[in-house]
Amino acid sequence: MNRYRLTLPLICFLTPVILWLFLLIVLPHIDLLLMSLQTENDSGRLVWSLSNYLNFFQEPIYWLTFVRTALYSIMVTFLTFVVTLPVAFYISKVAAPKFHGFLMTLLLMPFWVSEMVRVYGWMILLRESGVVNHLLVSIGLLQRPVEMLYNDVTMVMGLVYTSMLFMAVPLISVLESLDNSLIEAAYDLGANMWSILFKIIIPHAMPGIVSGSIVVFMLTLGNYLTPNLLGGKNALWFTEQIYNQFIASFNWNQGSAFGFLLLVLSSLIIWLGLKLTRQKLSKVVQ
Amino acid sequence: MQTDLSVENVTKTFGKFTAVDCVSFQVPQGNFFSILGPSGCGKTTLLRMIAGFTEPSTGTIRIRATDMAGMAPNRRPVNLIFQHLALFPMMTVAQNIAFGLERRKEKRVDIRRKVDRILERVGLPGFGEKQIDQLSGGQKQRVAIARCLVLDPAVLLLDEPLGALDLKLREQMKVELKNLQAQVGTTFVYITHDQSEALVMSDHVAVMNRGRFEQVDTPQGLYRKPLTPFVARFVGENNVWSGSILRTEGAVADVETTDGRIFQTGMSEPLSAGSFVELFIRPEAMLIQPDTGIPNLNRLDVVVKALLFDGANSRILANPVGDDMELQIALPQNRQYDHIRRGDRIEVGWDMHAGICFTVQRT
Repeated sequence: MNRYRLTLPLICFLTPVILWLFLLIVLPHIDLLLMSLQTENDSGRLVWSLSNYLNFFQEPIYWLTFVRTALYSIMVTFLTFVVTLPVAFYISKVAAPKFHGFLMTLLLMPFWVSEMVRVYGWMILLRESGVVNHLLVSIGLLQRPVEMLYNDVTMVMGLVYTSMLFMAVPLISVLESLDNSLIEAAYDLGANMWSILFKIIIPHAMPGIVSGSIVVFMLTLGNYLTPNLLGGKNALWFTEQIYNQFIASFNWNQGSAFGFLLLVLSSLIIWLGLKLTRQKLSKVVQ
Repeated sequence: MQTDLSVENVTKTFGKFTAVDCVSFQVPQGNFFSILGPSGCGKTTLLRMIAGFTEPSTGTIRIRATDMAGMAPNRRPVNLIFQHLALFPMMTVAQNIAFGLERRKEKRVDIRRKVDRILERVGLPGFGEKQIDQLSGGQKQRVAIARCLVLDPAVLLLDEPLGALDLKLREQMKVELKNLQAQVGTTFVYITHDQSEALVMSDHVAVMNRGRFEQVDTPQGLYRKPLTPFVARFVGENNVWSGSILRTEGAVADVETTDGRIFQTGMSEPLSAGSFVELFIRPEAMLIQPDTGIPNLNRLDVVVKALLFDGANSRILANPVGDDMELQIALPQNRQYDHIRRGDRIEVGWDMHAGICFTVQRT
């Protein structure tokens, strides 16, 4: 007998999912792929060509932005992990269990407002006439206000802030499954804080770290708003290039090629990351 | 002989609750010392204070004459075997055992040699490359012991490590643990709520109740001469009569029980006539159908209520005639008593020196 026989409930359940995947993911990507392989010739007609992809490699501004975006995304992912691990450890191991819900709500709270509002919040704090500058000048640490917005440091900070929750949730859940007596046993056997961290906590948390990192990395790589607003004009992000091609230059074919390159890039880096940490995707997404 | 562990007047309070109440004891080198008590009696707190995970509120813990106050667990010369063993699942057996040695920054070759030697000692040669989840319960037990013993601690602390094993394996591990301790000569401090574990393995046993030590003695001493009613009830099984002392004569007292029987019993402490007592008699001290010639025997007729067959541990449950108090009487499986059936009326007797008497406050 066929165990996977299609029954009516199964069809009812699967149809929306398959439609969703097909109409919103598969179909647009096929269209995108086809578009990226076409270009307008001199007479304005569409012909098959690889010139969109060649443009990318021939024009340094494109692939430099591309490399820059990839490296910054990796850095943001790593920084998010470093910042989040103590928070996750505190919530799952140090804080009393009755405060778990409260602390998780505190983490979630910023995500009740849209990313736009959060970024503007940062801008109010950090701009030349903003709260932080005002404070530093009034206590005499600064002679005159400085511009803290529109540089890479602020952009990275904003991206880390935006991504923290997506790292915190898998880390907290994986750390909660860590038996406290393992930490105590390591301590008892002579380990100090660092060897407990690197020999016990991180190896145990690896699936959570990897799944959190994948989410943070993808979100950062594909983020448009935060790099655009906090990074200003000097801090180019690859999503802006795609946006420019579609909206500003109205060159949808070139834009599709860039979009596809971004997809290949993120898949490649995640594959590499999984290989390096010796994790399996099937285990990480559990 | 050198004292490996000395605990002096240690008290631990959590808020208003006193978990460990002014406990003092000493463990000489090479001793197998058990702390026996019901759950919640404070034995785990005491063990964690020795290991260094909690600090005593007052009192001193010394290991090999060094005061341990303020010393972190990773710097103390003691190791703890956790209740659920706490083996590191992300490491192999060899890596688990090498963990402590690596923290001491010993040389790679030395570590390898020591790991191999200790694996051989606990009977798992060649198991180094196995993963923890490939091991059976008893093998995990041995790896946990090896992981601590390889560090050559002054005192090895064990927190009911046999609790998770099934009965057969537990019996086997008891004997193995005892043999291993005798071989390596390390001082063991073992906590358990299982009296048989404590009695079989230990050189000395402390019985703990409500944060206090009731008695510290050899297993035989605890069983034969319990000093408090709690120890008498907790270690081994008992038949208990309450009553009052009619008269005393030398070391022998006549006790009138509340159901109107009169027994003679030896006294371990001087008791005066009129004081209320509880009288404890072990099931195996009860003789079934004793010869009429035996002197100093308290005799009574009982009606057999049930026969509980449990191999060497078989029992008769019986009521004294005209009474519904339940007595437990050991039933030796030597075929001499095969004729006893439910409802039979038989005579039982017990030597007056087998009884243990404690005064109690009448409530």
